[in-house]
Amino acid sequence: MTRSIALEITVNGTRRSGSVEPRTTLVDFLREHLGLTGTHVGCEHGVCGACSILLDGVPVRSCLMYAVQADSCSVTTIEGLSRADGTPGALQDAFCETHALQCGYCTPGMVIAAHALLEENGSPSEAEIREALSGNLCRCTGYVQIVEAVQLAAARRREHGIGS
Amino acid sequence: MGSVPDLLGLGAAFRYIGKKRRTKEDPRFVTGRGRYVADVALPGLKHVAILASPHASALIKRLDTRKALALPGVHYVLTGEEFCAATDPLPVGVDAPLVKRWALARGRVRYAGEWVAAVVADSRALAEDAVEALETEYAPIDCVIDPEQALLPGAPLVHPEHGSNVLYRRKFVWGAVEEDFARAEHRLSVKLRWARSATVPIETFGVAAQWHAGTGLLDVWASIQMPKFPDQTARALRLPGNAVRVHFDVDVGGSYGVKRGIKHAVLVGYLAKKLGMPVRLIEDRLENMRGGDMHGPDRSFDVQAAFDADGTVHSLKIRALDDVGAYAGRSPLQLGKPVGAIVGPYRIGSVEYEPISVLTHKTAQEAVRGFGQSPTNYAIESTMDAVARHLGMDRIELRRKNLIRREQFPYLIPSGTTYDSGDYHTVLDKALAAADYPRLLQQRDQARKGGRLAGIGISTCLEPSGGNSSFEPLFNPKNETTTWMDSCLVRVDLSGAITGVMNTSTSGQGHETLVATCIAEVLERDPAGIRVVHADSLTALPSNSPVGSRMAIMLGGAAAGAAKKIRAALMAIGAKNLGCPVEELEYREGWVRRKSGERALSWDQLVEIAHRKFHLLPDGMEPGLQAKFVWEVPTGGRLPTPDGRIQMYPCFSFEAHVVLAEIDPATGQPRLLRYTCGHDCGTMINPDIVHGMTYGGIAHGIGAALYEKFAFSDNGQLASQTFMDYLMPSAVEVPAVNIVDHCTPSPLTEFGQKGSGEAGYLGAPAAIASAINDALAPLGAAVHELPMTAPAIWRQIQKTKRRS
Repeated sequence: MTRSIALEITVNGTRRSGSVEPRTTLVDFLREHLGLTGTHVGCEHGVCGACSILLDGVPVRSCLMYAVQADSCSVTTIEGLSRADGTPGALQDAFCETHALQCGYCTPGMVIAAHALLEENGSPSEAEIREALSGNLCRCTGYVQIVEAVQLAAARRREHGIGS
Repeated sequence: MGSVPDLLGLGAAFRYIGKKRRTKEDPRFVTGRGRYVADVALPGLKHVAILASPHASALIKRLDTRKALALPGVHYVLTGEEFCAATDPLPVGVDAPLVKRWALARGRVRYAGEWVAAVVADSRALAEDAVEALETEYAPIDCVIDPEQALLPGAPLVHPEHGSNVLYRRKFVWGAVEEDFARAEHRLSVKLRWARSATVPIETFGVAAQWHAGTGLLDVWASIQMPKFPDQTARALRLPGNAVRVHFDVDVGGSYGVKRGIKHAVLVGYLAKKLGMPVRLIEDRLENMRGGDMHGPDRSFDVQAAFDADGTVHSLKIRALDDVGAYAGRSPLQLGKPVGAIVGPYRIGSVEYEPISVLTHKTAQEAVRGFGQSPTNYAIESTMDAVARHLGMDRIELRRKNLIRREQFPYLIPSGTTYDSGDYHTVLDKALAAADYPRLLQQRDQARKGGRLAGIGISTCLEPSGGNSSFEPLFNPKNETTTWMDSCLVRVDLSGAITGVMNTSTSGQGHETLVATCIAEVLERDPAGIRVVHADSLTALPSNSPVGSRMAIMLGGAAAGAAKKIRAALMAIGAKNLGCPVEELEYREGWVRRKSGERALSWDQLVEIAHRKFHLLPDGMEPGLQAKFVWEVPTGGRLPTPDGRIQMYPCFSFEAHVVLAEIDPATGQPRLLRYTCGHDCGTMINPDIVHGMTYGGIAHGIGAALYEKFAFSDNGQLASQTFMDYLMPSAVEVPAVNIVDHCTPSPLTEFGQKGSGEAGYLGAPAAIASAINDALAPLGAAVHELPMTAPAIWRQIQKTKRRS
């Protein structure tokens, strides 16, 4: 067996350390080592986006990265976008309002992608939303209610003076 | 016709049904707190990886496990020799007992990707290492990949013991087909091809199992949507049914028909029992795509139509050849369900239908959304378009002429099924109005004037719903299954809180919301306070799982049925304690009061009597407050006639699609510009859920029509093994979709609801194909094969250039 490598990652604001085989992917580390099972494995080749997380604020596919590559980085998972008591955050609440999901499997990745979009562009057009979500596949919804959720979340953010 | 059976005295004034309401399920999913099979934590869990066959057809000459077993962390290597001797084969949906199927091949492989051995190790990575250390030798033998060739004499046999590659073949004749063809003023024929695609959920199939030697019980957690799954798992493992406990509270990450996974469960169950360790198999995407046995129908159609100059279509002859791949579970039955809607929504008086199910050396086919109805709808609709083109008649006018009129329901079709209700003309008109059809025509014609290829697509299609299993006895006379029940248990606890217990797993359909809404409607209690849980297979009442667009009807009906028993019990308690007959009482919002108004008992008082005050309970009433309701599917319980007439499903939803598409003439790339869907599934219980499933079904239909295909090479290698080759539509390919609702209640269901789980998918491929061919029509080109990919369209455009 290959030697393990120590790493330390700030996950959802908390420093987490571990020791992994070099070949351990970041998604496996999050799920299996840290028990953060909200990040899902879909295709394991970087197409479906179910494993999306924020790495230093930027959405990436955690199936395409080794855990050791995230050493000393800051990771935000779907669990990190909820309120402190575990109830849905503002964007997640918008997903509930428009029923932007069915089976929920792609949803964490979708929420991550939508979050990254809204951080960058507070008033995205429908085309911009679709473009931003185009790296995340959903087989349940046909995307219509997801687009509505992002539009709703953007409008609510503007009402609260967040973003432009 | 058309009125809701007013069983509760509710009329159409529903309190909760049909209202905008958030679902119960969404909050846990948006926060990443779903519990899918890969999230089930079992201490000491071991992991399975699969050795797959590299050949489509070969004899296994050698399988040496020694090096693999010697690797660190490896616990076991299971071969087909051991597994097939120790377990029973999986059931076959038709009468073909020698087409035997196990999870692992023994001696012979029949498709590339078929499972040959399973390794159990401490981690999935170590199991994969060990798979690579397995030494194998194969002797390839001739394979047959093309279904038409598989029918020819002398073709290589997939299962030589079966003696033929034909699994099922019968020619049904319903009505005076030959006379109608002889009498008709026109006849035409079309050939069509529906490619092998599937719903491909983002979660692959997974199963975990744990054997408890002390109790002789096998616990199973699985990502499933399958009728009779616990029973089939136990039988294959040669265990009594009560030795297998399937946990239905596992969230399933999408299915749309395909998450059957029975071979996975038997394999993992066997390993868990054999090794005395908890074991799980979560397919990786490659295992899923080629060996997960989840490919959908793969069908060629030859359709002939007989019709008059005025557009009246009298008769159809349909030959449907379906390639089910190397093994058959329920897949041949996907040719059977369309019998129940074989004339679509049209008044076509006679039909000849010849379904042929054929084996080839490809991945085994499994149920996909619609269970074979969407390909058949595509064939019927393409034929209607061909008739219109032949006569120079408008496609919409042709449909209006042939659609069943609303006053004709209930309507008996030639194959013996009666459609419950509908108002097809109105739904079509509403869809055309919402699409602003005159403007759509202008847009198309302007685009054409500007040198672009633009087309409008129309389809009017049925969604049979309420899932029965009548195709089983129809396709296999030895099978006399006529029962296809579902059930619900409703409990009111001492605190007065209500819990609904459902008896199957859920893969995104919002069943908890459905059950809560139906109970709330009957008991007039806030659905927000109603909890819904999933039983396990040992505590569950009988269920046939959410197949065939059945749960709004069957589970919703069961929840309402159980809630009505609770209501009746409360009324009886009220009668005894208010000292009057039940007829003098009324039930409102949990209170039972005398109609004369002077005395009443509150919900809390009634519940208290039911749970604590036996002395106040009516004679003979069970204490506590709980009720179960198990019921047979409406119109079920009948065997087919000798000439193959049968009531298939009870309820028929209807959808009318109107699409504007454009094609880039340089690349053939199609783009959907506008999409409208008129939809009638009777009473909607939760409109957001119904619309969501319809949007999703349309997206699936876009995939099947334009992009998705499990393509095989001539020697049987799957060419589209990844999401880089098997192309699924993203938010950019799926346009904004406008759904227009209409409600024609079903007379057969509790609230007038029909099914909608396959909505959108049943009409979208037909409509998109119609749009593409309308766009190509000015060039004299057409595509008669799905998916209509950019290269396929481009090739047709080039042919016209060579001609000119």
